Amino acid sequence: MKEVTVYVPKDSAALAVGANEVAAALQVQCGDRGLPIRIVRNGSRGLLWLEPLVEVATTGGRVAYGPVTVDDVPGLLDAGLLEGAPHALCQGAVEAIPYLATQERLTFARVGVNDPLSITDYEALDGFSGLRRAATLDSTAIIEEVTNSGLRGRGGAAFPTGIKWKTVRLAEGPQKYVVCNADEGDSGTFSDRMTMEGDPFMLIEGMAITALAAEATEGYIYIRSEYPHAIASMNEAIARAEAAGFLGDDVAGSGKSFRLSVRKAAGAYVCGEETAMLESIEGKRGIVRSKPPLPALQGLFGKPTVINNVITFASVPIILSRGAEFYRDYGVGRSRGTLPLQLAGNIKYGGLIEKAFGVTLRQLIYEYGGGTRSGRPVKAVQVGGPLGAYVPESQWDVPLDYEAYAAMGAAIGHGGIVVHDDTANLSKLARYAMEYCAIESCGKCTPCRIGSTRGVEVIDRITAGGTAVASQSEQVELLRSLCDTMLNGSLCALGAMIPFPVLSALNQYPADFRIVEPAHPRAAS
Amino acid sequence: MAASPVEVDPVTVVLESHRNTPGALLPILHEIQDALGYIPRDAVVRVADAMNLSRAEVHGVVTYYHDFRSEPPARHVVQVCRAEACQSVGAEALIGQVRERLGCAKQERSADGRYSVEPVYCLGLCASGPSLMIDERLHARMTQEKFEQLASRMEKES
Ligand SMILES: Cc1cc2nc3c(=O)[nH]c(=O)nc-3n(C[C@H](O)[C@H](O)[C@H](O)COP(=O)(O)O)c2cc1C
Ligand code: SF4
Ligand code: FES
Repeated sequence: MKEVTVYVPKDSAALAVGANEVAAALQVQCGDRGLPIRIVRNGSRGLLWLEPLVEVATTGGRVAYGPVTVDDVPGLLDAGLLEGAPHALCQGAVEAIPYLATQERLTFARVGVNDPLSITDYEALDGFSGLRRAATLDSTAIIEEVTNSGLRGRGGAAFPTGIKWKTVRLAEGPQKYVVCNADEGDSGTFSDRMTMEGDPFMLIEGMAITALAAEATEGYIYIRSEYPHAIASMNEAIARAEAAGFLGDDVAGSGKSFRLSVRKAAGAYVCGEETAMLESIEGKRGIVRSKPPLPALQGLFGKPTVINNVITFASVPIILSRGAEFYRDYGVGRSRGTLPLQLAGNIKYGGLIEKAFGVTLRQLIYEYGGGTRSGRPVKAVQVGGPLGAYVPESQWDVPLDYEAYAAMGAAIGHGGIVVHDDTANLSKLARYAMEYCAIESCGKCTPCRIGSTRGVEVIDRITAGGTAVASQSEQVELLRSLCDTMLNGSLCALGAMIPFPVLSALNQYPADFRIVEPAHPRAAS
Repeated sequence: MAASPVEVDPVTVVLESHRNTPGALLPILHEIQDALGYIPRDAVVRVADAMNLSRAEVHGVVTYYHDFRSEPPARHVVQVCRAEACQSVGAEALIGQVRERLGCAKQERSADGRYSVEPVYCLGLCASGPSLMIDERLHARMTQEKFEQLASRMEKES
């Protein structure tokens, strides 16, 4: 019998539901049955409700089965798993699954397809062609390509990437750095993690192109410690890329050198803020720096530094290989290209959905997500991580676009969407937001450090009930003015944006705060 | 160089290996903690001396970051995610059950010192919550029943 290739993902989201055990069971039981198989540990396709998603290579393409448990393995083999035969868990041809087939995967094109650590596999699917092209261009031409693509930072602030690079390139100094922000602290997001685990060479390629553009020779990837598998994957990929000549003294034959290393963070959310991250890499407490100076001019160890998010860097290779226009053709308004969205929380079909800007929340929650996992009505949707607003249903048809979201007092952030059903209590979530801010505040500004703790107390007084109506409305006023102070008096977005979830919760769900009279929406959102 | 394993002192090894690492404090502290389980007071002193920093500076860094421990950890560390996406699928109830089951209802660490239950803010498994990590191993779509299996497995280990 001919050897059959079977794919079992090694993405954290698959490991956490037993993928290693499934792979081991397949190996052993196929051995017992005399069925020769070769198991490839791929990344995840991002259809996370189906993990562990086992795929079998057949003459008719790859056939998917999921979610597979160890107990399912004998039955699957009896049914003819290795021929792609029907079974209750069979999902058909993987690339025809509508959830995947209707996506616009530019950045995630390779994720889940192959062994993430094989350079051969990577190059077979267009890998390193962007870097090879960049190696033949001068730095201004690379920057022009990225600027023309319309790419904006995917870490949250959506700053135009080409402009940032240009500032660093023009800055004086023999030593410049490229730093990747892989702190991915926003709850409800995991696209950075999936990239690092599922296609680490893409991040390396993007950073190497950036180094050529900014004329930098050293780079760091700052990865949160909660991501041990991403750290291992990046370390191994860096070693292999270096051995293959894509990093090191002569990057892809450019004659220029670029060295890359991983830094493990230590569990502080605020270290995702770029200047706090620099402090942390320098070995200090992660306290936010005042700007100016811009990190582009005085960044890591005081030297000019490009800082970008994982997805920003990961978007660069395809821009260089296919051209600025190809990328810019996706999207709407000033939001060009695609965004890997992460559908999370109480959702039936949660996962990674890469779409061009312009998709709506309603499409994502219902057409992709299938509503809540619990089957109950959707009550609240938080977009953009812990600092993002709860977006009311009246706005679920607004096309996803940085400007449109800003105009309605919300933020797309890093593309996380967290769904809650009608058992959620939004005063508890608002209280949690303030509590989280108090835990994670770096302590530099009073409104954030002290205000967040006051916020918890005020929310407790509002929701305590039994208070006279007059005093409750006083407390509501107090919460609003506290939010005002935080919004205006905080140095970074942690203190300045925590009011978004808090006020949007208060304004849309006054009953959850036990407010009888409707709260009058005054402040933004 | 050729010292036998018994004589090798982890702190010395770590400090040696990072002589040329720029801004080496975080990697050094991580590696000491990986080797010893925590960062003892005397290690703080030695790190400070080796790096030409004040003890207060090193101590400040150790206490600033949630990851670093100044005391030895429990035999098993259970970190349960309490961020929004996990909350939406019952993290709060799960945390209560985990605490109860491991004898940590009233305090972070069980009376026998075997278990500690700590909050964590997102493990990147937000579409498959509730999530938790036991001694660096991830578990998602957690239920009380599934946790019971994990707990009895921990009990069987010495
Ligand atoms: C409190 C706070 C946390 C942040 N966390 C992250 C993070 O985890 N990852 C990230 O890429 N950007 C994060 N940012 C944004 C960064 O400061 C910065 O804007 C970003 O890394 C720039 O890269 P980009 O232009 O590619 O988005 C955070 C900002 C704040 C204020
Ligand atoms: S807003 Fe908060 S986290 Fe940001 S700099 Fe001020 S104190 Fe630090
Ligand atoms: S919110 Fe719990 S894993 Fe992300």
